[in-house]
Amino acid sequence: MRIGVITFPGSLDDVDAARAVRLAGAEPVALWHADHDLKDVDAVILPGGFSYGDYLRAGAIAARAPLMQDVVDRARSGMPVLGICNGFQVLCEAGLLPGALTRNGHLHFRNRDQALRIERADTAWTHDYEAGQRIVVPVKNGEGRYVAAPADLDRIEGEGRVAVRYVEGNPNGSMRDIAGVTSADGRVVGLMPHPEHAVEDLTGPSTDGLGFFTSVLKAMVSA
Amino acid sequence: MTQDSATQGLSDLDTGPGPLQHQLDTVELAARTPDVEQPYSELGLKSDEYARITTILGRRPTTAELAMYSVMWSEHCSYKSSKVHLRRFGDLPRSEALLVGIGENAGVVDVGDGYAVTFKVESHNHPSYVEPYQGAATGVGGIVRDILTMGARPVAVMDSLRFGRADAPDTARVLPGVVAGVGGYGNCLGLPNIGGELLFDDCYAGNPLVNALCVGVMKHEDVRLAKAEGVGNKVVLFGARTGGDGIGGVSVLASETFDEEGPAKRPSVQVGDPFTEKLLIEACLEIFRDDLVTGIQDLGGAGLSCATSELASAGTGGMHVDLDAVPLRDSTLTPAEILMSESQERMCAIVEPDKVDAFLAVCRKWDVLATVIGEVSDGDRLTVDWHGERIVDVPPRTVAHEGPVYERPMRRPADLDDLQADDPAALPRPTTPEELAAHWLAVVASPDGADKSWVTEQYDRYVRGNTVLAQPDDAGVVRIDEDTHRGIALALDGNGRYARLDPYTGAQLNLAEAYRNVAVSGARPLAVTNCLNFGSPEEPEVMWQFAEAVRGLADACRDLGLPVTGGNVSLYNQTGDVPINPTPVIGVLGVHEDVRTRVPTGWRTAGETVLLLGVTRPEFGGSAWASVVHGHLGGRPPAVDLEAERSLGELLAALGRGGLVTSAHDLADGGLAQALAESALRYGTGARLTLDGDVFTALFSESTARVVVTTTDPEAVRATAEWAGVLVTELGTTGGDALAVEGVAELPLAELRAAWGATLPALFGTPEATVGSVPVGTVPTS
Repeated sequence: MRIGVITFPGSLDDVDAARAVRLAGAEPVALWHADHDLKDVDAVILPGGFSYGDYLRAGAIAARAPLMQDVVDRARSGMPVLGICNGFQVLCEAGLLPGALTRNGHLHFRNRDQALRIERADTAWTHDYEAGQRIVVPVKNGEGRYVAAPADLDRIEGEGRVAVRYVEGNPNGSMRDIAGVTSADGRVVGLMPHPEHAVEDLTGPSTDGLGFFTSVLKAMVSA
Repeated sequence: MTQDSATQGLSDLDTGPGPLQHQLDTVELAARTPDVEQPYSELGLKSDEYARITTILGRRPTTAELAMYSVMWSEHCSYKSSKVHLRRFGDLPRSEALLVGIGENAGVVDVGDGYAVTFKVESHNHPSYVEPYQGAATGVGGIVRDILTMGARPVAVMDSLRFGRADAPDTARVLPGVVAGVGGYGNCLGLPNIGGELLFDDCYAGNPLVNALCVGVMKHEDVRLAKAEGVGNKVVLFGARTGGDGIGGVSVLASETFDEEGPAKRPSVQVGDPFTEKLLIEACLEIFRDDLVTGIQDLGGAGLSCATSELASAGTGGMHVDLDAVPLRDSTLTPAEILMSESQERMCAIVEPDKVDAFLAVCRKWDVLATVIGEVSDGDRLTVDWHGERIVDVPPRTVAHEGPVYERPMRRPADLDDLQADDPAALPRPTTPEELAAHWLAVVASPDGADKSWVTEQYDRYVRGNTVLAQPDDAGVVRIDEDTHRGIALALDGNGRYARLDPYTGAQLNLAEAYRNVAVSGARPLAVTNCLNFGSPEEPEVMWQFAEAVRGLADACRDLGLPVTGGNVSLYNQTGDVPINPTPVIGVLGVHEDVRTRVPTGWRTAGETVLLLGVTRPEFGGSAWASVVHGHLGGRPPAVDLEAERSLGELLAALGRGGLVTSAHDLADGGLAQALAESALRYGTGARLTLDGDVFTALFSESTARVVVTTTDPEAVRATAEWAGVLVTELGTTGGDALAVEGVAELPLAELRAAWGATLPALFGTPEATVGSVPVGTVPTS
């Protein structure tokens, strides 16, 4: 089982995502933003960081990287894709997920251990959780406030596309406490919190994040 | 003295009115026109220093040469006032752990298994006062490049911050910008911030201290040095373009005292681009991996002047640079400005001709601009051409390593006897349980004692996935090998109040505290770095404080058997004639053979025994209690006992290895009162305790060599402590939702947390308030 992790200029949590993939029992494959080469991976993770410094809108330039065209094409035919933090921003900018991420309501970068509720336990990346399960993983972002027009939010909620929600406090002012959303087919998931930082007792606040990476292994087997 | 007048003086010579109007100031012209007035004093040079340059060159310097000498002979770059004292560190017994010592960009220490660690603290005090965000951001950027230059991958940063009174209006201007700058740059580089300090004192009101530490890891064989060797090898400048920012940063900004009425120095502050630095890091590591450089130097203070002269000086001595090749952000820069510019995110490498193509290819891959600007030449002259004419021809050693050295006059401060005689024993003490509880809450809720989450939540502590402990734990601990679990621990400490009362003892106390903080995590302390923040060296009383602090630190390092791997000196931290408290910030690096045995600071589980390790004496000089409750600074600081620190360190390492303690917390500012509150609040577990003897002394004394631990096996801890010769006192048992101390109070954790947690948000803003005020559905529909 091969899971690609894309490195854009300014990607930071690519090593962390690769480690999480390895701990989940899959083979991490380094992918380079400028190549049109997905190296026969079965799924792709877009890691956290500040691609291109986020000097334009976060994720806006990375969404137009050569490799992203391949990712979008494959995602539309069902390849699982996970976007974490900056990766989530890239997926929204690439049109694979609805909504947008803007500057945190309080205008500060915020890093804390955050409680989340898994709203959808039937996506490619959340099979290993129970619906309604509470997990704690780190959140760390400066532009993590999820926004969409009210009608769009109603539609996103109505279609059950909220995958993860903040509970016990909203760290950035995200509308309706939305922490992550999924594509209609449940194959593409993006979230601002960092499950890859909660995969070892030694370094994380919990190991609650590992489920994202083990889930996709089963999703690929059953696909 | 302002930036404007400095560059004005320079451009007058090259393009402005006067005898040399519209003439490039070449070496040839300088030889022909010995009597031209030069603006050396506006550039920060004294007249005897200017005379010495003339003697070295046998003629007056060209405008470009004058620019180079002025920045390289600045206090900041040349250490001309501190050098004679810093020799004490070099004179320490050679440590086997030290692979590269003082003199390089950063020292390198052997941490076992073939790993080497390089770490260093650097100040960015003056820029951070002028332009808080960029000053602090580029402080982080600069120290990260120092670490990268040694061949290491930077793996973590720390920051030690000091500001004026927390409620002073200017602190509200400076602090948020500094914190956002440290975070903005470090977060975007992908380096976890694992700890540091945040302290307030009126003495820092006009001179905040922003000290940044970076630590990097490499294999022994990967160590790189900054020297230019091999005639014909190419000099490659890579990274950002050169602009007009930061000109004279080291000379007119960092090496002068702020004046009340002086003009703005904003143009001397650099502007940071962490994204470019991230690319530079990845490109450099790939260049190192493929063995594409023979020498490398970062461009920091004094920019190209520093990098070229230091590389040449440390190598065979000859180098030629074609300044026209330097990529510019602003085409109107004069050659002198190009040589002085402190534009960030630039590096200079020495590359063998047949490796240049491969070098440039790596830079292209990472979108890093790289340009060959010169080559290593025969002989021992550094020459620079501009538009085909020679504008610099100097012996590089005289620029980089043979600057002026001063034995400045020193005098013990006239007020020191009175200060030391003003013993806090005379201060009114709390007697009733209510008073004790009120003082306890006051210390814990003071800006120095309060919860620092307002700051640390703005820093990424998780990136790279190797952070084992970070603030508020006593030390930051980072795993360096996922297979062997080897790791390192780091702590930074610098109590300025102690050093004001006695700089010799104060420096030792700061070392002792950092040593203890590293030991508390279970690590073995291995090496020391420092950032020495003082007032103006031209004040004999400041110079005495500096000399005493260095002597104290060197003596303590000798006693503890720790090498000083390098450091940084920041002088002129004074406004008018009022210097800051002498503030030697000391960093200690320790090693964990196995980070899985690390010891955290907080209490997690009820029913564990709370033990105090070490001896408590009535010591209140410079204490947080005297400062917070009485606004008092006087008396003598606590006594230093390095033998006790060493025994305690050995005990803590043994307890950690054996898994005999579940938590350990160092006692320092605020004594036991502060340590108990922090231990309880970390995970919300209280305790029921009995303090023997005088409860006031037990709570607020700042006697050194003390740690509070929790254990499920007190007998085993006692036995091990007896072996180490450390006194053990049982305080009580963890559990409940209050800190209950017999005869004092039962402080509910909720009340304690409210007091401890509210201070910084009340002063600097409550993010939560704005989060909650963004109601769902407020985005208008079209």
